[in-house]
Amino acid sequence: MPNPLDKLLDLPQAALGVRATRQQTLAANIANADTPHYKARDVDFRGALEAAMGGRLGGPVELARTSARHIEAKGDASMDASMKYRTETQSSLDGNTVDMDVERAAFAENTVQYEALLTFINGRLRTMQNAIQGQ
Amino acid sequence: MGNMFNVFGIAGSALTAQSVRLNTVSSNLANADSVTSANGQPYRAKQVVFEVRPISEGGEANGVRVTQIVESAAPLRTTYDPTNPAANKEGYVQMPNVNVVEEMVNMISASRSYQTNAEMMNTAKQLMLKTLSIGQ
Repeated sequence: MPNPLDKLLDLPQAALGVRATRQQTLAANIANADTPHYKARDVDFRGALEAAMGGRLGGPVELARTSARHIEAKGDASMDASMKYRTETQSSLDGNTVDMDVERAAFAENTVQYEALLTFINGRLRTMQNAIQGQ
Repeated sequence: MGNMFNVFGIAGSALTAQSVRLNTVSSNLANADSVTSANGQPYRAKQVVFEVRPISEGGEANGVRVTQIVESAAPLRTTYDPTNPAANKEGYVQMPNVNVVEEMVNMISASRSYQTNAEMMNTAKQLMLKTLSIGQ
């Protein structure tokens, strides 16, 4: 029988993981703001969370097959299905697609969302504690 | 899956790369008027080349590194100064190909990037500390 405590924390825990991944991706974008030919990426939050909740770990990109006779084609592990390339706002001559304003804004937003999730988790734990103590 | 610790690796690599860039800028600016360098030729401006450096195995965390430092191919500046001991018969001196304005812009850009990455590291640290205090 699944532990109700685990169930209570399943969603925020998965979301926290996705937020951490996104933080890492955005950090990579900002770090590579001056690297020629670097393409900015971002995490598709909904897709990544669904994958994390479904127990699937993102997984590499796969080609859809409409016939059994099609050859199976799988991307390598670095091509995570929930990682998307950003559409560039202003193109630069060196092929870099990092827009510092967009990345900084996304980084700040993600930080707040992460902190919000921590607050949720803390609140739920407190709720459980109150229930246990019966006060 | 994501790991917040990778942010430190990413930001750290960027800090290193940007400080190398800042080093070359200061070398260029300091030698903007060096008529002779170690090899007897006028000093040539140096530029860094950045490249993506994967931090995690899955390839989702990418830092940055300096792969090489190249010398600028811009033509040397020629000035007329017959009193200079390095002047040729016509009285012209070959000066370094350092573009001071370009270097200043490069310096500002490098220091801003450095700042951003340091800030990013700080944010990640705060998040980690808050995560550690869950349930307290």
